[in-house]
Parts: sequence; structure tokens; C-alpha cells
Amino acid sequence: MIIRRQHRVLVQGITGQQGTFWTEKMQECGTNVVAGVNPRKPGTEHCKVPVYASAVDAARAAPFDVAVGFVPPNGAKAAALDAIAAGAKLLVMLTEHIPVHDVMEVMAVAGAAGTRVVGPNTAGLVTPGEGFVGIMPGFNNRVFKPGRIGVISRSGSLGTLMCLKLVNAGFGQSAFIGIGGDPIVGTTTRDALEELDRDKGTDGVVIVGEIGGVMEEAAADYAKAMKKPVTAFIAGRASPPGKKMGHAGAIVTGDQGSYASKRKALEKAGVAVGDTPAEAAELMRERIRYVLGIGRGPTS
Amino acid sequence: MNFEEHAAKRLIAGAIATPRGRLCATPDDAAAAVTAIGPAAVKAQVPAGKRGKSGGIKLVATPDEAAEAARKILGIEIAGHKVARVLVEGKVDIARELYAAVLNDAASKGPLVLFSTEGGMDIEEVAATRPAALVRHRVDIRAGLGPAEARAILGHFDLGASRDAIADALVALYRLYRELDAELIEINPLALTGDGKVVALDCKLTADDGALGRHPGLEAQGTPDRLTQLEQRGRELGLKFIELDGDVGVLANGAGLTMTTMDAVAHFGGRPANFLEIGGEAYRRAEPALRLVLDNPRVKSLVVNFCGAFARTDVMAEGVISAWLALRPTIPVFFSVHGTGEDEAVAMIRARLGIEPYDLMEDAVKAAVDAAKRLR
Repeated sequence: MIIRRQHRVLVQGITGQQGTFWTEKMQECGTNVVAGVNPRKPGTEHCKVPVYASAVDAARAAPFDVAVGFVPPNGAKAAALDAIAAGAKLLVMLTEHIPVHDVMEVMAVAGAAGTRVVGPNTAGLVTPGEGFVGIMPGFNNRVFKPGRIGVISRSGSLGTLMCLKLVNAGFGQSAFIGIGGDPIVGTTTRDALEELDRDKGTDGVVIVGEIGGVMEEAAADYAKAMKKPVTAFIAGRASPPGKKMGHAGAIVTGDQGSYASKRKALEKAGVAVGDTPAEAAELMRERIRYVLGIGRGPTS
Repeated sequence: MNFEEHAAKRLIAGAIATPRGRLCATPDDAAAAVTAIGPAAVKAQVPAGKRGKSGGIKLVATPDEAAEAARKILGIEIAGHKVARVLVEGKVDIARELYAAVLNDAASKGPLVLFSTEGGMDIEEVAATRPAALVRHRVDIRAGLGPAEARAILGHFDLGASRDAIADALVALYRLYRELDAELIEINPLALTGDGKVVALDCKLTADDGALGRHPGLEAQGTPDRLTQLEQRGRELGLKFIELDGDVGVLANGAGLTMTTMDAVAHFGGRPANFLEIGGEAYRRAEPALRLVLDNPRVKSLVVNFCGAFARTDVMAEGVISAWLALRPTIPVFFSVHGTGEDEAVAMIRARLGIEPYDLMEDAVKAAVDAAKRLR
């Protein structure tokens, strides 16, 4: 789920306003976009790549590894199943408000086909210096710089802020993994943490979590045994219980999903939790200095 | 979206038997219902659990008792909900109380069936104290739940001759869960009657808000969220707005950043006045969003915190600036802008409002908190 220069990317819904805007941004960043999909415009060209009627059609002429969809909620399931049928190794689902039963169907089919799903309701994946897939400002070099810190975030906007704070603290990023703000997502905080733990280019990981669900708790369970330093910021400390805070997954019900529960689990696992995003970045600088025995965090 | 018991029962009635019942708004209605039905339970209709413990459920034998029970229940508050109606339901000859539920399970990313022989209890308590009495079964959504699999779920429980009837009820429940795009259907208790029938004595139903569009008429049967006037306006505008009791107005993009801005307000000793996210598809609606925040009379200062990813900060800033110039509010405003479109946004804020955005979000929030304190 770490995006690489050599990944061949298919954009579903490439001809729409958002599809066009973000495809151009991805291309500017070096992302290898090989084709697009629009059922009504096969045979045309858009953003300098060929457009096919479906992902399955595209796969025959322009093999791809990663599919990303700029599609509305009611078309998201069909687009995802098309990408899976076409053999996508990685499927990035950006769409918010997809009916959860549709999401579960996609997850079941993807699991059987061996397709890794990121999202839904994710802002995407960024690897500074290599490319990005989704709707992140991967092109903004004040926010994203090549480096050695991995970032996992349920939120696009807050993940962006955390990346900015890391740059301010003297770091760059090895990878940004946006996992999405829905209650059911294909790649969990823990899945992303395991991947970044394995990644040779990553020295430390910042988890950007939020209230709701138990993903941070599950990640804490894995973090216990990690050698790489992990710091975190959890959004929603000041949010009232029982209300959906924008993201469908960001709701505290009873004791479950609370800020206190997440912070406790993470701290017990040795994860340093900051009170603000800036503090989470500063905590990483303290720990990386300690681990590497050098004066400041490396930026590349 | 949640449904009160009577509405949930109407929705499941085709699949699982429910007691004969009547929805009543007055003691006289309740008395008439018992005249027609016989001995009954009078149950407060609120979208909350633990009604029995709150005095919201009473057993009655006569019309007079029913009127008296309704008089006592109508108007009380349960978990913040004022009881406006009671469901009068005919008494059921209960031989055994079971538990059954189907829900969306984040861990398995699919449907989960729960079944227990310890009905009528809080299921979390059963899970903690009698784990052997609770079975959790993951369903492959591609295949669905058939009778053979349902019987297997009931495998190690001693259910006698009722096993097949209960298995059929599970199958019906799962089908309903799928048909309604439910997040949760919970029947607690699921009663086994003296003559071997399976009856849903209670029903909790939550439907997926994201799927209401493909179920015409479903939303009208649910319990509307209780919204303040401003929240109602926000919903009509398609904005995610939650009114809080503080005095620092918050305008940010994205759920995570908005929550974080609220957290920062609290961290620096202030109290947020609202949650208002204009990320996602809403990012072009900065102007109505700003009006919403400013129409809250408690707001003493405003922090605008944008970190553009999908949302372009230049588009959002343009909307806020235009609205600000049109509304000419007297409260102070503090900006922090980063990400997609930030150069253009910062230049616009400087040129058109004569305000210097803060480089750090923390500084902008701190300034807004301090300003609200001075104006208190």
C-alpha cells in the first residue's frame, strides 16, 4: 500500500472535473497514470492517456497495478468490482458515503481475489519524490518532502497538517497512507503500521487517529513489539459523545471509541501521544534523535 | 438512522412474528387498546435502551391499569428523550428468552450474526460474564445466510424442537438486514412461546444513513435527529454542523482537521462553539457555512483553519472573504491556511481583508481563544 514510481495507475472517472484536476496533479508528481475509464467515452484520450469503457477493457490494452476511482457513491461498488475483476493489485476508494453493505461486498470480493483495498473515504496515498494517488496535495513541497517517517491517517486534511508539522520539525515522509474515515475500511491502522514497520525506507511512524472504532487500539497491540519509534495524535478529545463528527466512523458510543481508551492503549504500548499535531511531530524528533544517536531527524 | 420499537416492528413484521400491539398517545387510547387486546405491556417509545430500568415499561391486566400506566409513562424523560407515545402490546406466553442480532462488523469487514440463549440481558454483559452463552458468526456476504448455516450457528445450544424455527428466524432476520441496508438489527428478547413459536418482543434497528436514498419511505419511519435551529439549517444546506456550548467559532475543512481545531481550542483553555466541516464535496459552500457560524449568538471570535487536500483552500478562502465582506461581522477572525491553493488563499486574505494569516494553526487558535476571553 506504499505507492511507488513504477506502479501503473488506472483512473476510473478520469474525464470528470475532479478526475481531470487530480489526474493532472498526479502526473505532475511523477505518478505513472497509464489509462482512464469512462463507459461513455471509450477510444478517446484524456490527460494524455487512453480512455476505456471499463477497467477490464483497460487491463487488456494497458496493464495496471493500482486503480483509483473518482466515482459517486451509487457507482462506487460497480467501479470497484470492475477494478478487482480487471486484476488490480491495489484499489484506492476515495468516495465518501458509499452504502456500507456495498463496501462489505467489495471487501469480500477483493479478499477472495487478493486485491488490497485502501479506503473508502480516503484521501489517498503519497510517496514524496515518487508520486501520489488520490486527492492529497502531494505536489506541495512544504507539506511533502522525501524522508524517512511514515504517516498513517484516517483524515486527509488532518493527515496533511501532520505532514506539514513533520516538515516543520525537520523530517520528510517515506510514505503517507490515508486509510479513510469510514467505519469499515479495507486497510486498517494496524495493516498500515505493519507495512511501514517492514518498509526499509521508514525509520518511524506517526499515527493520526480519531475517535470512534477500535483501530487505534488494534494498532497499539502491534506497536508494542516494534523497534521503530511510533508517535500519535488522536483527534476528537473535545468532541461530544454520541454524535457523528463528520466522518461516519468518528462516533463515540458508550465506552467504545473514546479518546481516553485510544490514548491509554497507545501509551501502554510505548507510543508517545501528542496533545497537538505539532507535539506528535516533536515527540518523533526526540525519539529519532535517541534511536539514531544523531542531532536531528534526517530529511532524506 | 434509528427507529423506535413500533416502527422497527412494523418493518420486521413480514419476517418475524411480533405481539399484537397498538401505538397510543393518551391514557384513554391505552385503555381502549387493552380492551381490545387483553393483558398487555405498556412501553415507552423512545430511541434508547434500558427503558425498563427507567420506569418506561409496565405490565397491565385491565384497561384501568393501562390508563394509569400510560399516565405515568407519557411525558417522562428517558435518556434525554421525552416520551410522547406508548406501545401497548399483548402479553406473550414466554417459555424462553433468547437473543439474536445481525450487524456490520468492522473487524471482519462483513456481516456478523450474534445469538445467545441469555435473552433479555444486556448483551455486553453476557459477553463478559457468560461467553459460552453467546455465539458470533461471520457471514460471507457473497453467499448470504441459508437455513443450513443458520442451524449450524445454533449448533451447541440445546433448543429442543424449536431449533428449526429459530434457525428460520435467523435467516429471516439476515434477509431483512440486507434488504433494509441495516447497520444493526437486534431482537432482545427473542421469545420462544409455550406453543413453540418465535416472537420478537423488542427490536432495535439502525439503518445506514448512506443508503437511505435507495429505500424510499424508510427515512420517514425513522426517528429524526434532534437538531437545534442552526443544526436544522446546516442540514438543509448539506453541511455537517453541530452546535456546542462554547464561544469560539470554528470553521475548518475535513472531519479530522475540524475535530483537531476544536481540540486545540479546548487545549488552549477555550470552548468551541461548533463543529463545522466544509471539506469533501462541501468545500465550495464557505459562504453559507460562515453565515451559520456567525448566526450563533454565543460566538465571540472565529478561527478559520484550512488545510487543503481535496478541498482547495483558495476556493474556500474566496467564499469566506466574500461572505465576510457582505456580512461585515464585528467579531475578530483568525486564519491559518495550508495545503492545496495556500499561496493564492493567503494573498487574498491579506489583500481583501487586510488580515495576516497565522503560520501556525496553534497560534491562530490561541489568538481566537484569547480574543473570546477578552470579549466575554
